[in-house]
Amino acid sequence: MSDRLAVRKTYKLYVNGAFPRSESGRTYEVADTRGHFLANAAWASRKDARDAVVAARGAFAKWSGMTAYNRGQVLYRVAEVMEGRHAQFCDEVAAGEGLSSSRARAAVDAAVDRWVWYAGWTDKLAAVLGGANPVAGPYFDFSMPEPTGVVAVLAPQESSLLGLVSVLAPVLATGNTTVLVTSKERPLPAVTLAEVLATSDVPGGVVNLLTGDSAELGPWLAEHADVDGIDLTGAPPGRAMEFEREAAGTVKRVVRPQVPEQDWTADPGLSRMTPFLETKTVWHPIGV
Amino acid sequence: MTTAPPSPAKPNLFEYAPAPESRSIVDIKPSYGLFIDGEFVDGTGEAFKTVNPATEEVLTEVSSGSVADVDRAVAAARRAFTRVWGPMRPADRGKYLFRIARLLQERAREFAVLESLDNGKPIRESRDVDIPLAAAHFFYHAGWADKLDFAGLGPNPRPLGVAGQVIPWNFPMLMLAWKVAPALATGNTVVLKPAETTPLTALLFAEICQQADLPPGVVNIVTGAGETGRAVVEHGDVDKVAFTGSTEVGKSIARAVAGTRKSLTLELGGKAANIVFDDAPIDQAVEGIVQGIFFNQGHVCCAGSRLLVQENIHDEVIASLQRRIGTLRVGDPLDKNTDIGAINSAEQLARIRELSDIGEAEGAVRWQPECVLPDRGFWFPPTVFTDVSPAHRIARDEVFGPVLSVLTFRTPDEAVAKANNTTYGLSAGIWTEKGSRILKIANQLRAGVVWANTFNKFDPTSPFGGYKQSGYGREGGRHGLTGYLKGATHS
Repeated sequence: MSDRLAVRKTYKLYVNGAFPRSESGRTYEVADTRGHFLANAAWASRKDARDAVVAARGAFAKWSGMTAYNRGQVLYRVAEVMEGRHAQFCDEVAAGEGLSSSRARAAVDAAVDRWVWYAGWTDKLAAVLGGANPVAGPYFDFSMPEPTGVVAVLAPQESSLLGLVSVLAPVLATGNTTVLVTSKERPLPAVTLAEVLATSDVPGGVVNLLTGDSAELGPWLAEHADVDGIDLTGAPPGRAMEFEREAAGTVKRVVRPQVPEQDWTADPGLSRMTPFLETKTVWHPIGV
Repeated sequence: MTTAPPSPAKPNLFEYAPAPESRSIVDIKPSYGLFIDGEFVDGTGEAFKTVNPATEEVLTEVSSGSVADVDRAVAAARRAFTRVWGPMRPADRGKYLFRIARLLQERAREFAVLESLDNGKPIRESRDVDIPLAAAHFFYHAGWADKLDFAGLGPNPRPLGVAGQVIPWNFPMLMLAWKVAPALATGNTVVLKPAETTPLTALLFAEICQQADLPPGVVNIVTGAGETGRAVVEHGDVDKVAFTGSTEVGKSIARAVAGTRKSLTLELGGKAANIVFDDAPIDQAVEGIVQGIFFNQGHVCCAGSRLLVQENIHDEVIASLQRRIGTLRVGDPLDKNTDIGAINSAEQLARIRELSDIGEAEGAVRWQPECVLPDRGFWFPPTVFTDVSPAHRIARDEVFGPVLSVLTFRTPDEAVAKANNTTYGLSAGIWTEKGSRILKIANQLRAGVVWANTFNKFDPTSPFGGYKQSGYGREGGRHGLTGYLKGATHS
């Protein structure tokens, strides 16, 4: 081992393509599963969440307007860049989740592969979920899936990378933009993932990652009038019902949490994409 | 009535002789109970009257379902789900639905007359649209019952269980079909709460269920007002809630369902933009505008209530529109010549009047044709507001009546921005001869149904439902099944 002193990383938020500290100036200590200090993470505030929503809304037209092929390539690029940081993710996952190095490696492998899986979905969704409708009249009538808009995601609290990617990638593959609150106790892989996203041609503002407390930010995101949907997977125990009630005030699309946290290695199918897709049906007369 | 800008001369080329449809085909009983477990039973809530909105004549008295009645209905639905309908061979479920479709077709005229009596809509619409489409919905979904493996949800998708369904008064029988047909086809049983002001065709449908020998408890119909609906939605043994109605009530239902295992689909209000570009064929567009806002007295969640017309053709379109509106016949819903029937209730009429008065107070210009309204009943003439700004209440709030707000735009981008400037997102219309423009604008509109060079078309094969605060979930087509199957999330 060399006696070189390591250069540590400052873990910050990821908002609108930049890495700011929390406007509140707050940070909190992140420890490994044995209680050893790992880093200070930015502790995102309500104002940070609102800034993130503005960024996500601003990025929506560009991201949802890209061709599905292009969006798929960007998501595949995320997998490529993530693969290059494999060792770093393994270290962070092992420390944060208390996993053996082989189990941490398996989680990172699965997370990278999940990006690849969703990258391949972007240009199949319209064929699988849309199509022509044989109406009883002289009309051409077709339906197609479209992204819901800005989706708030409360990422799982336990699975800090595989769980995170499993809730984030489907929201992006469907063309939504997002404000994501990371695992509170295990936020570090999310910040590293933000660095991957920033260097993978994901336009700024498409993904906004807030480290902090979903108990604090959840209510603001659930009631925010410019948020169209919310995934409550990482809502604190006992709070999901309250957040869902808040979300009802603006008719948000809601994904309820599973208790206990689901098995993230399972095949997700379409289950995490369809909640944040709308169906648009277009009619036109057939005639001369 | 104010007439500014000046009304064009009313075309009076020919008079119509009255051509009323006979109401002798319907046999309205003096009172109705609830339909629970295959039988009509007395409700334990206070009975209420339903009136003909065209005459204010009391048609009959209807039972109001109490919490205990709803409890009995849900228990019946649960039993039927567990013992009969759930285990039944899917093909047999389908056959029952085919039977229902045929029975509806056989008794179509009876349903149409009853619908027009109870709702106030013109017989032309109940006869040609509501009832045929309701029958078509059952026929379409009948075929799905034994083909759910091909619905794209994986093999052997499972029903949710008991569906609690609450429907509005604007298309009573059609909304019943939209709710009941997919629920039954997917193997669920239902407790349906029809609207307070329009319960009669749902109760006639109960007779159809009896004639079809549908097993008791598969369909239960509990009439009543908001409290009855709340009891259905909040019942602990309901697995699925489906609601069509106002955004305000939809939000309260979403709140009530929060934190439960219940699956929810909502089809709520709208404030659709109907966009007319300067290259559109004006006569066709005017027909589409009329169809868009005056169909069913404008009691349509997807009504084209905001006309966005390109500035350079504004005057021409308005003149043509006024000329056309001058020929619309307002009056007896049972008259086959009638274009615009009665407003469904005194309450709704008051709301339309209030919002129209606010429209004027805020500076928009009201135009109504000269027309003689009947002395009794609830009536509102077709109305056009010009000089409407996007901030006006009549450009933002759902009026749910025959009131059109006209706004202008110069560029396609402005049209899209104005069209999307609403909390709703149910439907929209585009009128232009340019195909590439249709496809681009259709892509940019945040609305669940886009009608291009047509408006207010519906079909059981075609998914219908909203973006944003117009709700979530779809009704019709393969998509409509997902709201009633386990593991499937609506899209």
